[in-house]
Amino acid sequence: MNIETSNTHNLKNMVTMTHRNLLKTLHNPDNFGDVIMEPVIFTLLFGFLFGGAIAGSVQSYLPILVPGILLQSILNAASGSGQQLREDINNGVFDRFKTLPIAPIVPLAGQLIGDIFRLLLAGSMALVTAFLMGWRPVVGLPMVAAALGLALFIGWATSWIFALVGLVAKNAEMIGSLSMMIILVLTFLSNAFVPTKTLPRFIQTIVNLNPVSYTVTAIRSILQTGTWDLHATVALLCGLLIISIFMPLSLLAYQKQN
Amino acid sequence: MNNDDVIQVSNISKHFGKNAAVQDVSFSVEKGEIFGLLGPNGAGKTTLIRMMTTLLHPDTGQILINGFDTQTQGRNARQQFSVTGQTAAIDQDLTARENLMIFARLSGLGIPAARSRATELLKAFDLVASADQTLETFSGGMRRRLDLAVSLVGKPTILFLDEPTTGLDPRTRAQMWQVIQSLVATGSTVLLTTQYLEEAAQFADRIALIDHGQMKAIGTPDELTRRVGGKRLRLQVTAAQSLKAAQVILQKTEMNPVQVSERTLTVSLDEGEVGQTAALLQQFDEAGIALSQFAIEPPSLDDVFLQMTVGKN
Ligand SMILES: Nc1ncnc2c1ncn2[C@@H]1O[C@H](COP(=O)(O)OP(=O)(O)O)[C@@H](O)[C@H]1O
Ligand SMILES: [Mg+2]
Repeated sequence: MNIETSNTHNLKNMVTMTHRNLLKTLHNPDNFGDVIMEPVIFTLLFGFLFGGAIAGSVQSYLPILVPGILLQSILNAASGSGQQLREDINNGVFDRFKTLPIAPIVPLAGQLIGDIFRLLLAGSMALVTAFLMGWRPVVGLPMVAAALGLALFIGWATSWIFALVGLVAKNAEMIGSLSMMIILVLTFLSNAFVPTKTLPRFIQTIVNLNPVSYTVTAIRSILQTGTWDLHATVALLCGLLIISIFMPLSLLAYQKQN
Repeated sequence: MNNDDVIQVSNISKHFGKNAAVQDVSFSVEKGEIFGLLGPNGAGKTTLIRMMTTLLHPDTGQILINGFDTQTQGRNARQQFSVTGQTAAIDQDLTARENLMIFARLSGLGIPAARSRATELLKAFDLVASADQTLETFSGGMRRRLDLAVSLVGKPTILFLDEPTTGLDPRTRAQMWQVIQSLVATGSTVLLTTQYLEEAAQFADRIALIDHGQMKAIGTPDELTRRVGGKRLRLQVTAAQSLKAAQVILQKTEMNPVQVSERTLTVSLDEGEVGQTAALLQQFDEAGIALSQFAIEPPSLDDVFLQMTVGKN
């Protein structure tokens, strides 16, 4: 009668929860829009709309755009994390998970591990769209992977912030629009889409302090010159810092749900 | 303590702030029983279920599920049961089949076993036709059925159901009871809550009466009904003038005191008196008293509580 509580079981349960997370992404129009549609639409929109104005042509804008749009797509997908958690809590699905003979952490971990795949999906959609528009990486595949990896890491760290918001705030819809706002402000007040030189002085200051800018600069130099510079290390440390603060806080908030 | 007890609740209390939601409640449930927790809204039924299913920690007391302590052996305890909460806890974004598959997998079934179990349950719950649609198209009854189906994926030997029939139409309600009874027929134990006395009386083997977080009474439906007295006769005269005459006739044949309010007369019926009510009708007819209502009613939940609390003081 007793099922042994083992790591293989936890692993298997994690896979199931990740599968669930992906099914939800594909079935729910909101999530589908965030993860699949927005990266495509934004890449097309920015490329064709601003390409000429900012860089003279779409082709010459794409190398500037790709790092920014990659990170924005991933952050945007990450922002869905809190809303999904809160929906699961509000409609009782989480309680049902908690009454299963699985490790108590599985539901939360399932959401956040599933997030990695969601973020990967969002980032890949942006890259593929850019590729179809004519963007060609000038560095080898390992460097493209490194850029994607860094963006994913930052995105995943951000997921933990949104997870905490989802665990603490009660209203799922409010969490959704709030998360969206935060991401829009963070990405537009950065060097993701426009060269900072064109901006007013006081906005430049904000932009330079924005961790999104560090990450975009880091990704740009990885994708353009194939070098992992100081910006990349700073971005990585930022990600680590966010995780080391928000992961314990989220776990605490999760345990306090009982 | 009894070896057949699969659920043992001992001196459980739970406060929310100053509100005592559950106060010193103890009872045990035997293997194979349908055990009903009966009580009005806010009585503490859900709080009790949440504590029995490890979702909530009691302030004091102990709960054993198949001998496993819900507080110190949570995971072992959780292997013993499954629960369907008061509101349908199913995933809106997934199809019925996907919902079943996910929970079947989490209950430890392999993919082929999970697949066949899902199909089996979809059939049993009459959901095959909509198995692969998202839940948006589902009616309340279908959701409730799926919700229960999800609880059954792991073939639980103990099942907790929080108000499984509240808000259901009579047909779905009957279906629900059929499912519960067939589950018990295979040896499972069911603990459910309800606000409906009649329902509890009809289906539960034993009932615990809960009010304001306190256990008021426990026993078989017969035992409880006997304690609160039997059925009641309630009649309403059409014209207020005939009230007095009606009361006289009624009091002549009935042992218990007749209660009068406006044009309505109420009297408790002792055992055996139910058969005499037909003769009563004839007497009213002969006396020329027109009745707008004539009904024999089981004691209502309110009556039961009234009686229980009065009996205690
Ligand atoms: N999470 C909670 N926080 C505060 N009070 C609660 C909470 N859950 C239940 N209560 C209170 O506990 C009492 C019992 O509630 P509940 O167990 O839901 O009753 P029932 O299920 O019998 O309708 C009520 O007074 C309710 O307001
Ligand atoms: Mg309740």
